[in-house]
Amino acid sequence: MASLPENDTDFHAARRASDHESFLVHRRMRWAKVAGALCLSAFLGYFLIDQQPRPNGGSWYGYTLGTIGLGLIVWLSLLGVRKRNMSEGRWSLKAWTSAHVYLGLSLIVIGTLHTGFQLGWNVHTLAWALMMLVIVSGLYGVAVYVLLPGQLSANRKETTRAQMIAALAAIDRQLKHAAQPLGREQSDLVIAALEQDVFGGGAWARLTGRYPNCATRRALCGLPDDFRTMADNTGPEERVRVLLRRRDAQLGQIRRHLRLKALLEVWLFVHIPATIALLAALFAHVTSVFYYW
Amino acid sequence: MPEAFQVAIIGSGPAGLSAAARAAALGMSHVLIEKADHLSDTIFKYQKGKHVMATPSSLVLRSDIDFDAGKREFVLDTWNEQTDGHKVNVAYNAEIASITGEKGDFLLKTKSGTEFRAASVVVAIGTQGNPNLVRCPVGEGAVVQYQLDDPGEYIDEHIVVIGAGDAGIENAMGLASDPQQRNTVTIVNRSADFATAKAANVAALRAMEAEGRLIVRIETTASAIDKGEITLDTRDGEVKIPCDRVIARMGSAPPRAFVEGICAKFEEKDGKKAIVAGTGVQFTSPDRVAYPKLSPTFESTVPGVHVIGALAGYPLIKHCMNQGYDVIEFLNGNRDLKPADEPILAAKFARLPGNRSVDDWLAIFGQNILIFQDVSPLQLRELMLDSQVHAFAAGEVIFARNDTGSSMFAIAQGSVGVEVNPDDPSITVPIGQGSIFGEVGLISGRRRGATIRAAEPVVAIELSRTAALKLLATSPGASRAVTRISIERQLLQMFGSGLTSQDVAPLVDSAEVMQVRAGEVVIAEGGDDKDVFIVRRGSMIVEKQIGGRQVFLSYLPAGSYFGEMAVIDGAPRSASVKAAIKSEIIRLPGDGFMALLASNPKLRERALSDMASRREVNAFVESRKNSFGSAVDMYSETAQFLVDNGIGEATDVLLIDEKLCVGCDNCEKACADSHDGLSRLDREAGRTWAHLHVPTSCRHCEHPHCMADCPPDAIRRGPDGEVFIDETCIGCGNCQRNCPYGVIRMDARPPAKPSLIQWLLFGRGPGPGEAPYAWRKKAAEAEGVERPKVAIKCDMCAGIEGGPACVRACPTGAAIRVAPEKFLSIARLESVE
Ligand SMILES: Cc1cc2nc3c(=O)[nH]c(=O)nc-3n(C[C@H](O)[C@H](O)[C@H](O)COP(=O)(O)OP(=O)(O)OC[C@H]3O[C@@H](n4cnc5c(N)ncnc54)[C@H](O)[C@@H]3O)c2cc1C
Ligand code: HEM
Ligand code: SF4
Ligand code: SF4
Ligand code: SF4
Repeated sequence: MASLPENDTDFHAARRASDHESFLVHRRMRWAKVAGALCLSAFLGYFLIDQQPRPNGGSWYGYTLGTIGLGLIVWLSLLGVRKRNMSEGRWSLKAWTSAHVYLGLSLIVIGTLHTGFQLGWNVHTLAWALMMLVIVSGLYGVAVYVLLPGQLSANRKETTRAQMIAALAAIDRQLKHAAQPLGREQSDLVIAALEQDVFGGGAWARLTGRYPNCATRRALCGLPDDFRTMADNTGPEERVRVLLRRRDAQLGQIRRHLRLKALLEVWLFVHIPATIALLAALFAHVTSVFYYW
Repeated sequence: MPEAFQVAIIGSGPAGLSAAARAAALGMSHVLIEKADHLSDTIFKYQKGKHVMATPSSLVLRSDIDFDAGKREFVLDTWNEQTDGHKVNVAYNAEIASITGEKGDFLLKTKSGTEFRAASVVVAIGTQGNPNLVRCPVGEGAVVQYQLDDPGEYIDEHIVVIGAGDAGIENAMGLASDPQQRNTVTIVNRSADFATAKAANVAALRAMEAEGRLIVRIETTASAIDKGEITLDTRDGEVKIPCDRVIARMGSAPPRAFVEGICAKFEEKDGKKAIVAGTGVQFTSPDRVAYPKLSPTFESTVPGVHVIGALAGYPLIKHCMNQGYDVIEFLNGNRDLKPADEPILAAKFARLPGNRSVDDWLAIFGQNILIFQDVSPLQLRELMLDSQVHAFAAGEVIFARNDTGSSMFAIAQGSVGVEVNPDDPSITVPIGQGSIFGEVGLISGRRRGATIRAAEPVVAIELSRTAALKLLATSPGASRAVTRISIERQLLQMFGSGLTSQDVAPLVDSAEVMQVRAGEVVIAEGGDDKDVFIVRRGSMIVEKQIGGRQVFLSYLPAGSYFGEMAVIDGAPRSASVKAAIKSEIIRLPGDGFMALLASNPKLRERALSDMASRREVNAFVESRKNSFGSAVDMYSETAQFLVDNGIGEATDVLLIDEKLCVGCDNCEKACADSHDGLSRLDREAGRTWAHLHVPTSCRHCEHPHCMADCPPDAIRRGPDGEVFIDETCIGCGNCQRNCPYGVIRMDARPPAKPSLIQWLLFGRGPGPGEAPYAWRKKAAEAEGVERPKVAIKCDMCAGIEGGPACVRACPTGAAIRVAPEKFLSIARLESVE
């Protein structure tokens, strides 16, 4: 039917180099393949090489695995720096994350084979356990990265965070006005709703999205749909009720947003400190090994 | 009989002021006529505290009045003081409404009836024009104003804003934004939609309306304004509402009509007053951006009437002031004065062979180059300031295939050869003296299609894309010449190397340029018309009926051609083509096309085989006809959504797949960290459809709206197609208003942050990403240098190795940058399915 202008799009594409694919399938899962191969050879080595007196970190094969593992952990930790350091060059954080996830997972095999299954109550096992903690938290991270973004987007419905807050403020202004004619008891309920710090409730409330002491809810309960006054459903009470329902819905959206964001971030509060602890434990592990050699 | 002056200068902007000061210094009898009650109304109306810039820095200032970069207040104070010091004769509150008479004896009349007489007139009224006035009766004591300086000024008032363009909407929202002011704000719009306002502004207005903060009345006009009350004509009849103040923002009438009427003869035409052709001050073309025709001494087509400043096409203050000085020198009989830009041009031309003077070269360019033939010497000068001149030795490569560049070349001396076959450089097509090449660059920042070599020693002019577009808009002759050349070349390219310009000449002659509205159908599926079309500007979408649904097949950017299949194989139209946005296309009549094919059987054969690949898409669609289901609907709707959001005019757009976006804002942070600490994208804002989000970020439009009114021409298209703003930006904010997608922000570049290491180890500075406003303000104060607010937008990370930082910094692959023609192709469905 038609022809595009010649030699036009290809050079742009080369510069953009941004295929529409997620970090998990980046470049046909190149890093999954690399990590798989790494695990496979580690296994083969473990079972084929005759390690004397028995497989552990001290044999030459154990040293090899240990060195690879240490190198990997240090490199994996550097993701935190890479992410924040916008420098020039043909790298992409997506490729880094892809490699991070798959190579990180391969540490389960490499690190564990390195121990030779000699676990105990010592600094060496502490390092292994911390590593597993980082990995497990990372797995959670990948799970939420896959599951939650769609929900975050659906809940947002094209509004930005600032707009959500502004919309709430607008409802509040109208509520303040509309509540003037109410009786003492009812207007106290509305005032309590307006005065409450809507985001308070702590980390738990934020993660679960449950706010049992929500004053807006309580105000709604205090102004029930009264069948006897149904005739008068344009009166001040009904106006306040409508506004309270709007406020409740708006709060709901904000809280779902905060909850999803929290779920997407909370694991980093394990992943990063555990990484730092792991690096410290590894330092102790390596020095002690060389010290007691 | 009023006293007769040697010269009357109308308008006390930088141009008029400088002229008056020169006249005063020379002792000429003069009057400076200003409609406002203060000097220099345009600059007076800048935002308080605005940093006025003095660009271009290479240009020396030649004026009796000082001007240097600084705050608006400082500039105005200096001018007021020096105007007094020079004893300039100023008449304030005098708006000139008509000028009659002739050289030696002009009569100038103001609105209120005051008269001035002068031997010569200098028109320096700028381009701001007059605001359109309310047309209904205004009663005694009613307050009607046409400008709003400070929305915080009014409290407890009923205010009605008339006109719902961007200015009106912004004013209404400003007045209603702070509930503490307790204003009741109503905005009145004549039509039902807000066609002239930006979508973002309309959305914000609607949101405020929904919150009950202001009242929007559509399909309403004012029929009377009285003290304390306004009468409105609404769809449901007349309504009276309380009103203490009317703010009328109904656009402004450009000063062109007034200028054209200077000393013109009028006649009755179709019941209207019209100017007799050939009288009055004439303009170079009917285009909106055209200027009056001027001689090198700024004299218009009416002898004795001179035009300078922004109205003459020189919008920068320095240029204006220099021209004010020059025009008075010319009037005073100084014939040897060289324009202040002479040294700049001389330096430019120094690299050309032959040691000629600036005037010689200008004459050669004007004579030899086809597209300059009806360009005035003054306009040519200005054009040269924005252009480069080159001398090439025989055999030298001027540009190579796939080089970057969007400029156009004109050959002043010599000729060049085009290497049409990349595999065999020995096959060349000549382009001779006076002609142009590289004109495809005008369409967009595309790479060069072929290598061009000098065939003999060549002197060529390289016009920047902006300069070339301005030339085309103001010179109809140049526009015709370029259109013809580009159609011819497009045809030759379509048929490969087998044809010569003589072969296609009949087709070129019969080509017709057409304007199509957004959504207008150019080709209807099943039709048996045989015309062929080239997209010159804008873009098209191709659709096909499948199982009762319109399926989106593909997207055609400017430079594509379509409709040739039906001509070559004689079948009916296999799909519909309609305009995605307002576009310009070239229609080539089908019979001419067929005649050409008939006379070249070999050509026809090749065309048939070439078409095989183009059939692939159709074959693919046909083969899937029955299995097409929701995936295709989804695809078509997504495509439509993207077109609605400006992708139809984009060359490169940032999209966010919200199924992958974890909201880390790393994209924004990376953008800020790689660009002076300010982010050029707002991830959350913008429209979303089916989890595909178009954030607020530049689309690098094919024909950028933002470029339209930039006084220093600071917005340009770079080598990779990016639209960027260079350091000559003066911060006037025109581009921000003109961009329909709201992607330009005005902000001051903050001082550098402490390094990442310092932040990681010692927690110094605000950390990665854009620093909060408070930090930036404090750091700027601590630094003590004034940082002006300038326009800031995405530059597609030009010059940053690795490409767009926002995309590279996305950990999950949610942020992608795409070219619409690739993204909006049905072939992608294969991978989606
Ligand atoms: C917001 C903004 C920021 C800008 N910033 C800069 C900057 O930083 N640096 C820079 O170099 N340029 C800047 N510009 C551009 C520059 O201000 C103008 O191009 C320049 O002022 C034009 O000068 P002028 O003398 O031709 O006309 P103007 O300055 O427009 O002056 C025209 C004068 O004529 C008067 N007038 C009009 N009609 C009549 C009439 N019929 N009778 C009598 N008097 C009349 C007007 O009241 C006005 O005083 C900016 C422009 C804008 C809008
Ligand atoms: C011992 C192994 C690992 C170490 C030391 C490690 C360390 C880190 C560090 C330092 C970060 C940067 C966090 C930040 O600064 O925001 C990070 C991010 C991350 N890690 Fe790991 N990690 C390891 C294993 C894993 C594994 C096994 C997975 C997945 C299965 C994983 C998934 C992730 C993800 C998804 C991120 C977030 C990327 C982003 O949002 O930018 N990690 N890790
Ligand atoms: S700034 Fe706006 S008008 Fe200019 S290119 Fe970008 S999106 Fe288009
Ligand atoms: S870039 Fe924008 S702000 Fe700067 S001068 Fe041009 S139009 Fe004005
Ligand atoms: S391409 Fe570069 S300048 Fe443009 S939004 Fe992305 S990071 Fe910012």
